[in-house]
Amino acid sequence: MCLAIPSKIIKIENNIGTIDVAGINKEISLLLLEDAKIGDYVIVHAGFAIHKIDESAAMESLKYLRELASI
Amino acid sequence: MSIKHLEEYRDPDISRAIIDNIKKISRKKNRLMEVCGTHTMSIFRSGIRTLLPDTISLLSGPGCPVCVTDQKEIDAFIELAKIDDVIIATFGDLLKVPGTKSSLQKERAEGRDIRIVYSTFDALEIAGNNPGRKVIFLGIGFETTAPTIAASILSAKNMSLKNYFVFSAHKLVPPALDALMKNKDVRINGFILPGHVSVMIGTKAYLTFFEKHKIPCAITGFEPADILQAILSLVRQIEDGNPGLENLYQRAVTFDGNEKAINIMQDIFETVDTAWRGIGIIPESGLKIKEEFSSFDAEKMFEFDVPDAVILSGCSCGEILQGIKTPPECALYKKICTPINPVGPCMVSSEGTCAAYYRYNGL
Ligand code: SF4
Repeated sequence: MCLAIPSKIIKIENNIGTIDVAGINKEISLLLLEDAKIGDYVIVHAGFAIHKIDESAAMESLKYLRELASI
Repeated sequence: MSIKHLEEYRDPDISRAIIDNIKKISRKKNRLMEVCGTHTMSIFRSGIRTLLPDTISLLSGPGCPVCVTDQKEIDAFIELAKIDDVIIATFGDLLKVPGTKSSLQKERAEGRDIRIVYSTFDALEIAGNNPGRKVIFLGIGFETTAPTIAASILSAKNMSLKNYFVFSAHKLVPPALDALMKNKDVRINGFILPGHVSVMIGTKAYLTFFEKHKIPCAITGFEPADILQAILSLVRQIEDGNPGLENLYQRAVTFDGNEKAINIMQDIFETVDTAWRGIGIIPESGLKIKEEFSSFDAEKMFEFDVPDAVILSGCSCGEILQGIKTPPECALYKKICTPINPVGPCMVSSEGTCAAYYRYNGL
């Protein structure tokens, strides 16, 4: 049920965002997200954006992953 | 966030290095449970089970929305479908789940109007396009889905839609974890906590559970390296005798979660005791529509009788959902029960443990 790959918002109109999923445009609701902007990467569940990826948290996680893989 | 970040979570070299580290430190035998159907699927798909040392058993928990839906709720869905002028809107997985006497699929074959939707949006659209009919959305799932369904009720209110209804059979994850810990037949040494439920409820939602049981917990994502790093974290916590509540999915999960979504969910729903398939009633683990929104509540707005549920004989879904049994320990598995002819919901749903075992031959 979960689509874990973050998608980029390319258009916003009346709380409806258009995301680009591997070249295909899809409309999603932004009702559950605080201040979504064009260019944001979001996680989508059942037609709703549920999280906006925070670049610095993503980088932090990645650093941790690399550490784990190299202990 | 570029897709490049994800590639590292799929990089076989990184996964292999984490597996080596798991092998290096794992001494004690332990049983780890993933509590999310999407985790179950990605664990099987990536073949992680075959790569882990013998010390580690992975069990699937009550994380498949269709599987935990109580038989009585399934029977109620079927009764609703029989009402004249009703259009049922549902996620596809529910269709084949056998009720006591019928299934939504059978009802559909008999001419009932049952439509598969991808989101509540589609259901609202159907309601808008069919003003003379009543659209009932079957609300199943956990804290990830419940806010989307709450949002649809708010939208219906704003659009003054009078023919959109929801049957709320939603379930909450933290109370279920607590119930698992209280069952003495359930032996679990660590939990891989769900990804997208956690996106919504945040790390903080598990604090009470964690403080109470002091069991190793790791929140993680869905890529192979996500799951492996959760396993490594749990194994380390177990070996050190130092349980923690680790968030390894920081790119998506914050301490507070998605507060806007949770507020919308709490505006519409209230917490109630509810029954889980094969587990029974778990206190404060369900969501029902609040009184002030009862004009959208299918349970209140329609009259229907639900026959006494007859539990499918021989099906062990209840024990499988709690990690007490694995599918091959069910006498019907593969012999009578297959994805083409499923006996229980754990074989129906693509996220079900029996279906995953069948598809990947138990590996
Ligand atoms: S194999 Fe079929 S009958 Fe057995 S527990 Fe799974 S779903 Fe139920």
